[in-house]
Amino acid sequence: MNRVVITGIGVVSPVGRTLDEFWSALIEARSSIGPITIVPTERLSARIAAQVLDFNPRAHFEPKQASLLDRFAQFAVFAARAAVRDAGLQIDEALALETATIVGNAAGGQGTVDESYFKLYGQNSSRVHPLTIPRWMVNAAASHVSMDLGLKGPTFTTASACASGTHAIGQAFHMVRLGQVPVALAGGSEACITVGTIKCWEALRVLSSDTCRPFSRNRSGLVLGEGASMVVLEGRDRALARGARVYAELLGFGMSADAFDITAADPDGGARAMRAALRDARANPEGVDYVNAHGTGTALNDRVEAIALRQVFGPHCDRLAVSSNKGVLGHGLGAAGAFELAATALALHTQTIPPTANFDEADPECLLDVVPNVARAAKLQTAMSNSFAFGGLNAVLVLGRA
Amino acid sequence: MNVEDEVRSTIARALNVPIDQLTAETQLQDIGANSLDVVEIIFDLEEKFDITIPAQISAQQAPRHGLEYDTVGAVAQAIKGLVDAKHS
Repeated sequence: MNRVVITGIGVVSPVGRTLDEFWSALIEARSSIGPITIVPTERLSARIAAQVLDFNPRAHFEPKQASLLDRFAQFAVFAARAAVRDAGLQIDEALALETATIVGNAAGGQGTVDESYFKLYGQNSSRVHPLTIPRWMVNAAASHVSMDLGLKGPTFTTASACASGTHAIGQAFHMVRLGQVPVALAGGSEACITVGTIKCWEALRVLSSDTCRPFSRNRSGLVLGEGASMVVLEGRDRALARGARVYAELLGFGMSADAFDITAADPDGGARAMRAALRDARANPEGVDYVNAHGTGTALNDRVEAIALRQVFGPHCDRLAVSSNKGVLGHGLGAAGAFELAATALALHTQTIPPTANFDEADPECLLDVVPNVARAAKLQTAMSNSFAFGGLNAVLVLGRA
Repeated sequence: MNVEDEVRSTIARALNVPIDQLTAETQLQDIGANSLDVVEIIFDLEEKFDITIPAQISAQQAPRHGLEYDTVGAVAQAIKGLVDAKHS
């Protein structure tokens, strides 16, 4: 089995499109959550989100290509190009034939859906744009990444709501580890800040109207985000042979289903995924220094995650640093796990724990060291990244210092 | 602008080619049109003339390209017929 390392990271996020911007915002707990400006808000009750602002497709795509890409696919392609550049990876024809492309996405081209259905139902139009399906389909991001970079290996989309990005990276990790592919490009992408989508989220009553405060006693719900993050995974030997910079090593991947409730999380499911990831990494719970939590900022999720962590780590929980990036980035759904994997890798790389932003007061039901509001330098050998999706689908990655 | 000129300008814009290069005989495929371009052009023309173009793409009808409307002239002819039918 190959050891697998992360050699490139690309992001397009609500806090910026370079790794420096992304990481400094996380470290400084600078929240990107603000009033929604990219769609009209008159009919919305929830009027805040973590938006990718000033993203001009024409700056990155030929008009012809741009017309084929929904915003979620544009984000994925942007992040994939950035990740390959960051890895300093030259993809020749032989490598292109073998490179895998796996992109997590929860909702597909929601902007395209919104526009088409508005025409159809709102304006009574008899036709919609002919490219509606190719833009909208949930695999469009994976397909466009593969087309844009000419990657011809195994390519598909993982759709597991808020765990999509983590499932994608986990699958890619196992493929490289097993030697099925030498290199994989994996991550997640999402762009679902549309009037229709937000209305549907409002109806679930999980959206906050002020901000996202993970693990804080006064937390009031999640805030939708958007963007994409892609990573380049490759065999460690291959990476070292070409002198690549290595951010972190992927050690383990665990998955589970709650088989419990379609929205409410079950601590047992999350705990089983964490244990499976530790087993896969051949790591002990006591060896883990930092957990990048799912930490959505809903009353239930954070409480359940705290219980699950306690189940897995026992007394070691009191020495474990746990933080959520969602106060800064909002909840990027299919992109969330990919953003957070990037953050976890950067934490190991820089030996710095990104704090939990917007934290006000401790919740007796979430008794964890959540690294409130201020980053912390720490000796980090092993870290974990959690994603627990609606539908009870859990995915957990374990990383080691390179 | 007559129907033919409208069709030429729509195709020229969609495929990003100079309008004076388009004659009735110009093959859409020769000026870079793929099947998606054709459906986009059809959509633009439907919107412009408020008509519905029956776009059955059948191998039998268009054995060479898989496209029913394969020349600029064929497209213009079809549009003219539909526009006339609407006004009659």
